[in-house]
Order: sequence, then structure tokens, then C-alpha cells
Amino acid sequence: MIVELSFGIAAAVLLAYALVCAVRLGVGPTAADRAVALDTINTLVVAIMVLVGAAFDLMIIMDVALVYALLSFVGTLYIARYLEEGLR
Amino acid sequence: MRRVAQIAATFALAFLVYLVLTLPSGSLGLWSLDELLAGAVISLLVALVSHRLLWERGGWRLLNPWRWLVFLVYLFGPFLLAMAKANLDVAYRVITGRINPGIVKFNPGLKTDAGRTMLANSITLTPGTLTLEVDEETGDFYVHWINVRHVDPKPEEVCGPLPHWAKVVAE
Amino acid sequence: MNALIYAFLAVGAVFNGLGAVALLRFPDVYTRIHGATKCTTFGSIFSILAVVVYGAMRGGGDGIGMVIRALLALVFLLLTNPTGSHALARAAHRAGIKPFRAVVDRLEERK
Repeated sequence: MIVELSFGIAAAVLLAYALVCAVRLGVGPTAADRAVALDTINTLVVAIMVLVGAAFDLMIIMDVALVYALLSFVGTLYIARYLEEGLR
Repeated sequence: MRRVAQIAATFALAFLVYLVLTLPSGSLGLWSLDELLAGAVISLLVALVSHRLLWERGGWRLLNPWRWLVFLVYLFGPFLLAMAKANLDVAYRVITGRINPGIVKFNPGLKTDAGRTMLANSITLTPGTLTLEVDEETGDFYVHWINVRHVDPKPEEVCGPLPHWAKVVAE
Repeated sequence: MNALIYAFLAVGAVFNGLGAVALLRFPDVYTRIHGATKCTTFGSIFSILAVVVYGAMRGGGDGIGMVIRALLALVFLLLTNPTGSHALARAAHRAGIKPFRAVVDRLEERK
């Protein structure tokens, strides 16, 4: 019981960190800075999803975390490509 | 013939991943019949689409189990240690704000895609360095170094024994 | 074993927090990528390892499924995080962002 609770607390702490990263997402100053902040938030969200899956015993959230990890990677690559070459 | 081997190898890998993901779900041994059929069809589709991407540029060598053993030793030995050190290094620089950055160039002499990828990723996760670009023809690494000690460094000065490990594992 | 889980969770929380602080405090894109990538990767590894230990302790079908999924998430993070940050750093450089107070910039000299 207490173990599940500790997973929940850890997930909440990581969520707070994601909000701290969102500050960088807001203030910039360049588009690359925002992209880096978004990438960091993606990593944190994957960790949060795994922790929440353990806390509430929901296996399905862990599946979502796997797919999210791969798709956010593809998204990061596309943002990087856009930064390099503009909209083409 | 070569193409069939490529498709078969891709199919085997994809099917293995599918089996692992659906592991404790079924009546037929560990898996249910539905899962096995669906997995086979999906793996075949994946193999038909992506076999060329996977094996054209020297992927076969990576199937050698000895490389995997060495890779695991590397992962849990020097790499984990370097990563812990990297995090303490970041903590030190966050607190003191003492940085002396620059982009340096060096050539570790790696020839294959796999070796370069592994070294680039390892460099990014180990203390004070971040790979910016790898020149595909010459194999030059351009690395953002947070604490530049030499303007023209040797590979060992930037990333220690990592190029040696990359050579053993992937080349 | 519970102590191991708590230790992993605490270490993960500390290093993830370090990554978030580094993202706020460092002066330019490249150093921010340094801090954010290294610390969040390391921190997330420990957070997920806690789940691996928990699943292994529980055993049974659910526990094994949990261990497998957490380990796969770990592998994906370890593979994709440095690659993504490398792509972002290269894109930033090609977009013309100069490194802050750089001593030397060999990539600029190449062009």
C-alpha cells in the first residue's frame, strides 16, 4: 500500500518538474530553446506514465508510455528538421 | 536470396518483440492463438516494408552474441560510471556557473554507422560533452565541450576510453 | 526490498530536478541541452528501475508484464534521448545560434 503511494508521490514530483520546464518553454528566447524544453518534458512524461501505471496498477498506461516515447522521438526529429531547413 | 534472408531476419526480430510485449496473456502455452496470428501478420508486413533500411549498411555483424555480451559489460561498467560522473558534473556547473564552452573537432577513426552512433550517443551522455555533428565521409566528430582544455584535443582527452569500447562492440 | 524502491525513487527525483534546474539556469541552447539530456535520462532510468524492482517483487502475470514494459521504456529512453538531443543541437547550430562565450567553434570554420 505504502509503496503504491510512494510511486504516486514520485509521479507528482516529476509533474512539478515538468511544470518548471514549461517555464523555459514559455520564455524561449529562441525556438531551439523551446524545442529542448519540450523534449525534456516528453522524457519526464514517459517516466510519469510508468510511475502512474505502477501506482494505480494500470498496465495500459505503461503501453501508452512506450508508444509516447517513440512518437515523441519522431516529433523531436521533425522539429529539428524544421529548425534546420524551415517549412519545406 | 539475400533479400529473402533480410526479410526473414527482420520478421524474426519483429515477431520476437511482439511476443515479448504480449508475454503473460493466453492459453496456448504463454500466448493465445489470436495473439500469435496477429503478431505473425504484423511482423510480416513490417519485414516487407523495412528490411532494406535495417541490413543494407552492415547490420549483420550486430547479430553476433559476443558483441552483445561486451556491450552489456560496457553498459553496466564504464558507461554507468561515466553517466553518474556526468550528472555530478552538471550539478557542479549549475551551482557554480563555471563554464568554458567551445566546439572542438576530433577523429576517433570509426568506420561503421553502428560504431559512430554508439560513440555519439555515449559522448552525449558522458561528462561535459555533446555531439553536434558527425561527418559521414571522414568520420570527424564535432563536439560541444563545456570545459575546453585544448583547442585541438585528442579523442582520449574528450571522451576517455569510449572510442575503444565502440570499436570492440560495433566494428 | 522496499528500501531499494524508495532509494531509486529518491535518486530519480533528485536528478530529474537537477535537469529541470539546469534547463532554467544555463545560458545558451547547447549548455541547456547538456544539462537537460544528461540529468533527465539518468533520473528517469532510476525512476523506471524502481518500477522494475516493484514488478519483480510482485511476480505473477501482472508483475512480469510490468517488468517487461518498464524495461522496454528504459531501452527506448536510453536510445532516443541522446539521438533527439543531438538532432536538436545540430539544428540549432545550422539555424545560426552561436554558442555562448565559445573559446573555439570548429564547426563554424568548416563551412
